[in-house]
Amino acid sequence: MKILKLIFKNTLRHKLRSLLTVFGIAIAVIAFGLLRTVVTAWYQGVEAASADRLIVRQAVSFIFPLPYAYLEKIKQVPGVKEVTFANWFGGIYKDRSNFFARLGVDADTYFKVYSEFVVPKDELDTFKKERNSCIIGADIAKKYNLKLGDVMTLEGDIYPGSWEFIVRGIYTPKFKSTDATQMLFQWSYIDERMKQEMPGREGDVGWYVVQINDASKSAIISQQIDALFKNSPAETKTETESAFQQGFIQASSAIITSMNFISFVIIGIIMLVLGNTMIMAARERTREYAVLKTLGFGEKHLAGIIMGESLLISILGGGLGLLMTYPIVEGFSQFIPKGMFPVFEVEPITAILAVSAALFIGIAAAIFPIQRALHTKIVEGFRFVG
Amino acid sequence: MSDIIQVQNVYKSYWRDSIEIPVLHNITLNIEHGEFLALMGPSGSGKTTLLNLISGIDKPSKGELLINGTDISKLGESALAKWRSSNIGFVFQFYNLIPVLTAYENVELPLLLTKLSKAERRQHVETALNIVGLSDRMDHYPKQLSGGQEQRVAIARAIVTDPIILVADEPTGDLDKNSAGEILVLMERLNKEFNKTILMVTHDPHAASKAHIVRHLEKGDLIQETV
Repeated sequence: MKILKLIFKNTLRHKLRSLLTVFGIAIAVIAFGLLRTVVTAWYQGVEAASADRLIVRQAVSFIFPLPYAYLEKIKQVPGVKEVTFANWFGGIYKDRSNFFARLGVDADTYFKVYSEFVVPKDELDTFKKERNSCIIGADIAKKYNLKLGDVMTLEGDIYPGSWEFIVRGIYTPKFKSTDATQMLFQWSYIDERMKQEMPGREGDVGWYVVQINDASKSAIISQQIDALFKNSPAETKTETESAFQQGFIQASSAIITSMNFISFVIIGIIMLVLGNTMIMAARERTREYAVLKTLGFGEKHLAGIIMGESLLISILGGGLGLLMTYPIVEGFSQFIPKGMFPVFEVEPITAILAVSAALFIGIAAAIFPIQRALHTKIVEGFRFVG
Repeated sequence: MSDIIQVQNVYKSYWRDSIEIPVLHNITLNIEHGEFLALMGPSGSGKTTLLNLISGIDKPSKGELLINGTDISKLGESALAKWRSSNIGFVFQFYNLIPVLTAYENVELPLLLTKLSKAERRQHVETALNIVGLSDRMDHYPKQLSGGQEQRVAIARAIVTDPIILVADEPTGDLDKNSAGEILVLMERLNKEFNKTILMVTHDPHAASKAHIVRHLEKGDLIQETV
């Protein structure tokens, strides 16, 4: 018999209590994993941002447009490799709940700058030729069962009216973090219709995307671009794509902070639950610990026996919780709008955090019972009546 | 024969809040190797306290305890734990077996602190259980044994490391007459055949009659010697 066997047998001494504690930890780990997955999904856009891309937007607010005429001026800034632009279209596809990004883009340059959107060459060529064509992400095609040649009708809100687009391309993401839920069509298609239907709104660009040769020069190039339009009616604010994405997250920072806080509160609660279990177990075994001490078992042995039991419970709970987190997150992702979190899966860091939290809980919950067991004198232990 | 237990002017008191409660007053007691001594006395006389001091599970407030050549009053906690594991075998009134371990595993417990191999441990455990007559019950859990059998397992656990001294605190106090008789026979045998020095605390005059020496404690003083 080894000490491990005693730890194992102690854990099974109160099967129901241990089982409930294991399930409690498992549920806490699932909740922790789910919340962390939402938080990491939120930051996915920031992580997917490219270091060599700058975003030029209206200085006052992102919602105000920039003139198309800025394109050529930005191209002239030293260090700029390529410039493209996009416009937020908004609109409704079939139902208001079908949320995904719909952007009018520059057909010639957009996919050069966003090389992580992989489009077959023939599909891209067709897209460039047809004014009312669109390219959609693979996830959108899958979700709405769309294939090449299908027509997507959008009900416009920012750009009123009914808009029909023919799917001429389906892009696949180059990286796991690449958003595969966008619908991209030609900006010029919107612009021409604006000229006819809403004069005064033509020539508006949402934001420019500037690809630069050297990412380390992003600050100086940003300053140079903004200097070009200083004191103009549409001053610009240029920042890295990462900072731009971060700006979106800032708007939801209270929610994210709350989620972060709650995820750690859950860990705290379950630590108290396991702590309570361990305190009860150690209290019941006060006399046994006195016997073990009498037989010559030292502080290290006793601490090991108590810590081992606590860790065994926490590892079982943590492992079970982690195993269940994957299918639960997968199932949960089916119920959230696809475009809301383009990448919604358990990241390795989430799994590492969950396992670490379980281990931390196991260690922390054992500290008080160990202290108590070690500080109780043998004579007091024998007198103890639980 | 040499004195294996030398208790010199031992004084022990406990503190309740700020009040000192004396339990033992200047006790001096010498026990030779191979003796079987019974300590008797009314409740609260300090019998168990003296036993605890001699066996190293409590420390004296004053005085010297020279046990098997070691002054245990000067040992630190971990050194004392190590000393106990190799010098003293304990038998308690309520057996104090670990309920989730079988008889075999309970007896094996003290050997986990030694460097013996698994096979050597098995040999020792089987020998100890054989001496107490329970070699056929080694896979039974304490709840599957009678009180007398549990105490015999406890005795096997006490002798499995072959300690020189056995201390027993009311070993028959929780047993019926027959079982108590069996335990006393076993203790006599351990004393005579295996030359164990036995120090037994008891209220029971019949149990005390099995000892070679009976010493009485009253209100913390050792008062009488009967040979």
